[in-house]
Amino acid sequence: MSALLELREVEASYGPVKALRGVSLEVAEGEIVAVLGANGAGKTTTLRAVSGTVRRAGELRFAGAPLPRSPEAVARRGVAHVPEGRGTFAELSVRDNLRLGAYTRRGGGSRDDLRRVYGFFPRLEERSDQQAGTLSGGEQQMLALARALMARPRLLLLDEPSLGLAPLVVTEIFATLARMNADEGVTIVVVEQNANLALSSSARAYVLEVGRVAVSGPSDELRKAESVRRSYLGY
Amino acid sequence: MAEFWQQVVAGLASGGIYASLALAVVLIYRSTGVINFAQGEMATFATYLALTFINHGLSFWPAFWLTLLCAFAGGVAVERVVIRPVENRPVLTVVIVTIGLLILVNGLTNWIWGGAVRKFPSPFSTRPIHVAGVAFSIQDIGIIGVCLAAVVVLGLFFRFTKLGLALRAAALNPDASRLVGVRVSWMLALGWGLAAALGAISGMMVAPVVFLDPNMMQGILLYALAAAVLGGIDSPLGAVVGGLTLGVLLNLLGTYVSTLGGEMRLVAGLAVILAVLIVRPAGLLGKTAVRRV
Repeated sequence: MSALLELREVEASYGPVKALRGVSLEVAEGEIVAVLGANGAGKTTTLRAVSGTVRRAGELRFAGAPLPRSPEAVARRGVAHVPEGRGTFAELSVRDNLRLGAYTRRGGGSRDDLRRVYGFFPRLEERSDQQAGTLSGGEQQMLALARALMARPRLLLLDEPSLGLAPLVVTEIFATLARMNADEGVTIVVVEQNANLALSSSARAYVLEVGRVAVSGPSDELRKAESVRRSYLGY
Repeated sequence: MAEFWQQVVAGLASGGIYASLALAVVLIYRSTGVINFAQGEMATFATYLALTFINHGLSFWPAFWLTLLCAFAGGVAVERVVIRPVENRPVLTVVIVTIGLLILVNGLTNWIWGGAVRKFPSPFSTRPIHVAGVAFSIQDIGIIGVCLAAVVVLGLFFRFTKLGLALRAAALNPDASRLVGVRVSWMLALGWGLAAALGAISGMMVAPVVFLDPNMMQGILLYALAAAVLGGIDSPLGAVVGGLTLGVLLNLLGTYVSTLGGEMRLVAGLAVILAVLIVRPAGLLGKTAVRRV
């Protein structure tokens, strides 16, 4: 198994505060991998280290080559990062947000492209002329995912897609993620507070504690593991 | 009534000139939050360049297009060399850099071309045409046409091209733009290039009317700033509406209120800025900034 994404002893800090103290992880092509942990464990920073939105050190390889430093360049390699707070353009229309998603692809943003993405999120098609800022929270999260999908990424990085959303919407979004993974073969790394949800929808998981990987393994095994259950699942 | 309409058209012509420069100012303001005080001097420099091309035997329109290209390249270069190093500094730092740029470009213009007032050829005939008994100057109508065409082309570019969309995105949300692969820093440079080209248009349009000298655009920049504030400093459409409104308003005031003619026009322009800031700080079409504290 050759890894699509490989992190070796990656460190990152915000000024004097060290957020990652040597994280190593591997993600295979086509996998869904969850990253769990308490607040401040370094989950978000791990994603940001990959997309280049935080200064980092250590070895980061993607599809066999080192990851570039700037976020623009990482995006051009086929990594789509949906940050916390979604990073959509509130002032632009839904369609323009989607067109931007395909920015790195030559001839991207065509009608066929849009149709493909609307297939996953039919509700966005009805709202295509609306300003993104006027969408509901769930719709905005869908827009963020749809925009990421427009780039035809090899790797999708998701930061707390369930944050602030109603349970029904969360279920819908995770079902769509599974479909994106199955139909398009997109590899997904998802950071989640909701450990139960994350473990049930991923193949493998990493649990972070103060900037290091504490436990890792297949998700169904982690669900049964005493320590994980007690700390993160709460039963 | 004939005089009124003549003055309206003449006002629209100066308004078009203010509008192009105001739009240049707004383009840069939207992407960086900074007013480029050197915008006028850069336009003057470009206009001298156009005159040099014409004196070397080019006719007006080829010189016009060549100047636009040079102004665009110059704008990009200025951003890369002068603004980029202070890109992430506080707004005040960048503003002071643009004021330094104003002095530098003005000095450079004086140094290369001298301070003498020069005649600049007009592409339009100055003879009037008569429509329904009113005599309009062809030059005024030509100026309105060129300025509006520039604004419309730019508007279409922003709305319908991928690059235009990326430019808008980079101005609205630089971080999210980087994540979708937009090279934000280059978008800023591109914005400077477009603004410089717009400024060059306003310079080449106004020069035949007011004659060319190294300080030609300083008054115009004040009107353009008034126009931008009037329309809403963050609204491109506002800059255009503000420019045209201001042009007509000042022209009518100058004609019918004898004390506001000539030099007093500038005072009236400043009065407009002041009045707008008091009554409607966000301008006609601007958005009120809401900040959570």
